[in-house]
Amino acid sequence: MDSRAILAELPRLRRYARAMVGERAAADDLVQDTLEKAWSRISQWRAGSDLRAWLFSIMHNLRVDQLRRPALSTSSMEEDYVDPPTRATQTDRLEVQNLESALARLPEEQREVLLLVALEELSYQEVASTLGIPTGTVMSRLSRGRERLRLILDGQQPTVPLRVVR
Amino acid sequence: MNKLQITEADLHAFVDAQGPQARRAEIEVHLAAHPEDAERVRAYGAQKRALQELFHPVLDEPLPEALRQLTSRPTAATAQQDKPFLPRWSLQRIAASVFITLVSGAAGWLAHGQYHPAERMAQVTPLARQAAVAHAVFTPDVRRPVEISAEHEDQLVTWLSKRLGTPVRAPKLGAQGFELVGGRLLPGNSGPVAQFMYQDASGQRLTLYVSTEIAANHDTAFRFSQEGQVNVFYWIDGKFGYALSAGIDKGALARVASVVYDQLDRN
Repeated sequence: MDSRAILAELPRLRRYARAMVGERAAADDLVQDTLEKAWSRISQWRAGSDLRAWLFSIMHNLRVDQLRRPALSTSSMEEDYVDPPTRATQTDRLEVQNLESALARLPEEQREVLLLVALEELSYQEVASTLGIPTGTVMSRLSRGRERLRLILDGQQPTVPLRVVR
Repeated sequence: MNKLQITEADLHAFVDAQGPQARRAEIEVHLAAHPEDAERVRAYGAQKRALQELFHPVLDEPLPEALRQLTSRPTAATAQQDKPFLPRWSLQRIAASVFITLVSGAAGWLAHGQYHPAERMAQVTPLARQAAVAHAVFTPDVRRPVEISAEHEDQLVTWLSKRLGTPVRAPKLGAQGFELVGGRLLPGNSGPVAQFMYQDASGQRLTLYVSTEIAANHDTAFRFSQEGQVNVFYWIDGKFGYALSAGIDKGALARVASVVYDQLDRN
């Protein structure tokens, strides 16, 4: 790895982390952890492979670890969960104008797929290999994430998915 | 180009401009007929742009010093954890070779991303423009819109097939309300091209431009272009380039284009 190559990736890593985490200091901490992890694993770096993809997958794994640590380990049932129809009446209308807070209301798995596609403009295959999941899962998370975000921004209340304790 | 059902994944691929060009055109036709899907696609595209706008400023922020320092290999204990048996000079050599590979790889990737579509555009865009110009020139002509009229359709088709050096035919668009007026031979980029003209009961005219000048028959594209007042759907099918032009709205034109494609595909 070369300093200039890493330097070139830093702004994108920071942008993605900001969008994922929300808060600036916490996002930069995540980027810092990512770089430290990358240096400590430099022996796993394969010459000629995509540096950006490698750094993003390290960040993804760190984030998974982070989220696992503090509370009970939970896994979303989102993959199998079908959104029931929502009522869109005036009284139900939640005034969520802010895209940032709407984004924060997406489940982590949907948010990361949506951001890798929308912000990083990765291909679906690149997203799949970065996150280590099948392309079909990328598509279903992207689909749910986009629809959920649309409903939130429309002022409709998407239903909260059930989570199970592992 | 096969007419498979449009899936949810197709709609997202459309938003993200991923997937083959040919599929995009089919999705466009689907969206023209399914407003609720078109609305979702529009909303998802707006989301994407809003997210990019919201987080773009982060790219221009000055980098925190702690992060800037980490662009170089940390010299402290962390460095020693990694393969201590490798001498430092060798790591630097590896790093240098990785960087070179990375830069050339990135250049290749960029070349792939930028030049390939550009090359394709160079072949396809003129087709739509030529067709639109031919449409604009001949459709307003009241007395001589065509060289050979539909009364002599057999002669017209035989003549155009002979001049283009390959069988061509005029699709039947009666079910869409358009009757053949006739056709003509036109100069293309390097040889003859054909134009068929149709007209509906209100006098609205539609032209199908048929080119055999498609050099590379590697791809089948089905695309939309707006050339001034003229809307054009165009696609490449083997060595043929087709462009359907009219001053009617995109959705209506898409439905006709779909019919034309189906008929010509059965050749």
